[in-house]
Amino acid sequence: MQSSRTLAIPMALALTVGITAPLQADTLRIAIMGEPASLDPHKISGTWENDVVGDLFEGLVTEAADGTRIPGVAESWEISDDGTVYTFTLRDDAKWSDGKPVTANDFVFAFQRILTPATAADYAYLLYPIKNAADVYGGEADVSTLGVEALDTKTLQVTLERSTPYFLDQLSHYTAYPVPSHVVETYGNEWSRPINMVSNGAFQLQEWQSQTRITATRNPYFHDADNVALDEVVYFPIEERNTALNRFRAGEIHIARDFPTHQYDWLMDNLPEAVQVAPYLGIYYYAFNARDGHATADPRVREALSLAVRRDVITDQILGTGEQPAYSFVPPSVNHYSAPTASFTELSQEERLQRAHELLQEAGYGPDNPLELMLRYNTSEDHRKVAIAIAAMWKPLGVEVDLYNAEVAVHYSDIRQGDFDVARAGWIGDYNDAQNFLSLLESDVSNNYGAYSSPEFDTLMNEAANTQDMDARAELMAEAEAIALEDSATLPIYYYVSRNLVSPDLVGWESTIEDIHRSRWIRFDH
Amino acid sequence: MLSYTLKRILQAIPTLWVVITLSFFLMHLAPGGPFDGERQLPPEIEANLMASYGLDKPVWEQYFTYMGNLLQGDLGPSFKYKDFSVTELVAQGFPVSLELGLWAISLALLIGIPLGVIAALKRNSSVDYMVMGTALAGVAIPNFVIAPMLALVFGVFLAWLPVGGWNDGHWKNLVLPVVALSIQQIAYIARMMRASMIEVLGSHFIRTARAKGLSESEVIFRHALRPAMLPVISYLGPAIAGIITGSVVIEQIFGIPGIGRYFVQAALNRDYTLVMGTVVFYGGLIVLFNLIVDLLYSALDPQIRYDNE
Repeated sequence: MQSSRTLAIPMALALTVGITAPLQADTLRIAIMGEPASLDPHKISGTWENDVVGDLFEGLVTEAADGTRIPGVAESWEISDDGTVYTFTLRDDAKWSDGKPVTANDFVFAFQRILTPATAADYAYLLYPIKNAADVYGGEADVSTLGVEALDTKTLQVTLERSTPYFLDQLSHYTAYPVPSHVVETYGNEWSRPINMVSNGAFQLQEWQSQTRITATRNPYFHDADNVALDEVVYFPIEERNTALNRFRAGEIHIARDFPTHQYDWLMDNLPEAVQVAPYLGIYYYAFNARDGHATADPRVREALSLAVRRDVITDQILGTGEQPAYSFVPPSVNHYSAPTASFTELSQEERLQRAHELLQEAGYGPDNPLELMLRYNTSEDHRKVAIAIAAMWKPLGVEVDLYNAEVAVHYSDIRQGDFDVARAGWIGDYNDAQNFLSLLESDVSNNYGAYSSPEFDTLMNEAANTQDMDARAELMAEAEAIALEDSATLPIYYYVSRNLVSPDLVGWESTIEDIHRSRWIRFDH
Repeated sequence: MLSYTLKRILQAIPTLWVVITLSFFLMHLAPGGPFDGERQLPPEIEANLMASYGLDKPVWEQYFTYMGNLLQGDLGPSFKYKDFSVTELVAQGFPVSLELGLWAISLALLIGIPLGVIAALKRNSSVDYMVMGTALAGVAIPNFVIAPMLALVFGVFLAWLPVGGWNDGHWKNLVLPVVALSIQQIAYIARMMRASMIEVLGSHFIRTARAKGLSESEVIFRHALRPAMLPVISYLGPAIAGIITGSVVIEQIFGIPGIGRYFVQAALNRDYTLVMGTVVFYGGLIVLFNLIVDLLYSALDPQIRYDNE
């Protein structure tokens, strides 16, 4: 595994200095949870690609070890009073891994490229806050009208459609990374191959053996290269969680980006110092179909169903990996927001069931006319267990549940067509802001599976979008969420946690809400 | 023999065409598309993606485009692994699966055939029961149970061998997956060999051979073994095609970069071009190995001759 070249340096050092340095200290080996779809930041949409691409590239803003946002390629910026114009000054020492400077034009090139329809970037919509971005991507405006401009080689101006408080956070996302225009123009779509790729992050790509490993070495031109401790990072795509765990136990990898949930107890008994479980920016929920003709179109039915679900039983007895029961749609750890919780949380379990019975009766269901529901979930052992448990929790209300499971593509295609009463869904935040979650409940939004629609909710969300003051904005969104909770728009079940195995030999790993960990902060403890 | 071979190759073309055509339309009939997932894309984004892969055209038009490209040897780009074409994915993965598969099948033959012969010769003895009992267990225990057990025992507890990874085919990385892959094959081959050996040993020509006063080893090795191998050989055709195109279970568990995983993953991802690529490739291999088996038959069994047809 260890290449001889990386061994040679520490060995020579150890010999000359006369100390015994640990031999494998300079290569970090990470199990990532899948084969990257691509290493072109414009052609990916997953989380495991982020582990690799985020080490190779750096945006205007980047993530510190604890996940807070710090200046990246931009050393400073100014925001206009109305919050729509951002002027970035790029650092002088920002360079590509071939030694060429990173310029404002590289950013303009990158933003224009990802929003060009022909690039077919599936994550391009994250950049829609930029002026004309949606029109450019939809083919209705020319790419030159995009609100991104290089004032000079080191000054970049970005104009937004309207004030977007989370925009700076978004700039650390891979959709906003620069790409080397001089390389992309030369090689076209082949630019991201190891022999061609040039990047501006702490590491540069050396090799990509599909389904085997990706190797990156420290980029000497990186502006903070002196503080990057690792010489090399090797990423192993391992989908099978058990395999990752075994390879971790055998010492073949230092970090596993997930582990099998059913091994949690064993891990806590045997490798407690390696287990890293932390709140994660995501919600596991059931969508209620609010379309006409479905029993769940009646808010009383939805509330009754929500009342009867014992989230704590699901998190503690079925999952048991530290997940938190959810009584709001926005996870509690989201930046600058405090989520309201469903009003029934003050009731005891008996009172909740009592209330649920009454509501169903009011809605016209009872022993003579039992409520029948079609519950859909996508195939997975955990989803199945949760669905069975919830169906059992509904049984005392006289609810008869038909469970349907399908592989993920079929599941989402079915629920998109409204062919369900209750459907399993989940959302991982694209960025750390309540708006990203709550926008799923706005009328006519494609990810609003249940077609929940509330004019009051929409109005408040729209007001929030036009509010620059962060506190006032947060309050408006909290009001909106309170309405959605009152309507039982969805059934929040639990907040996700991130699970990692991290070798105790490493220093610099910190848990973050977005589960983002850049290798530049990590070093071996020796 | 040559004309027979040519005839068979020509016959394979319509077979493959039917397989490809059926797969193509079945795949498009399957609910869900390549861009359906947890995160539904805004309509204009989905439209751009569909257009860039030609999925916005009618299915029959896509079919003719696909067949046209296929005839020129172009399997298209993968929808999922965007930095690779399907041809590249197959070209990268197949040598790995091939190496692993050939080792596994060789090991299976090397152990399975003698085991079967011994069991047949010692029929109804304790040796027979032991061999067949073990073989039954080998067939019954699925490899998704055997493989993690091997990894745990030899990789984690004893730490003799790596738990996973390919490491460019280093022998240490090969041992566990080859063993895991061959156990079932050994079991199948041993059982098959035993049954056919018993049948052959009871036939007239063996009685004749014995009556001529040949020694037992001559009877077995010169007369019985060859005909007894025939069922194993006909099993080997599809078995080799199956085993060298990789095992999704073994590849996942040991983290081996073969093409086995694509058969399942491509279908689940609705990665249409990769699904078709694997169908074309696997179909071609099946045809090829069945042909080789038929030719081997004539070499092993004097009653089978293709020249006079």
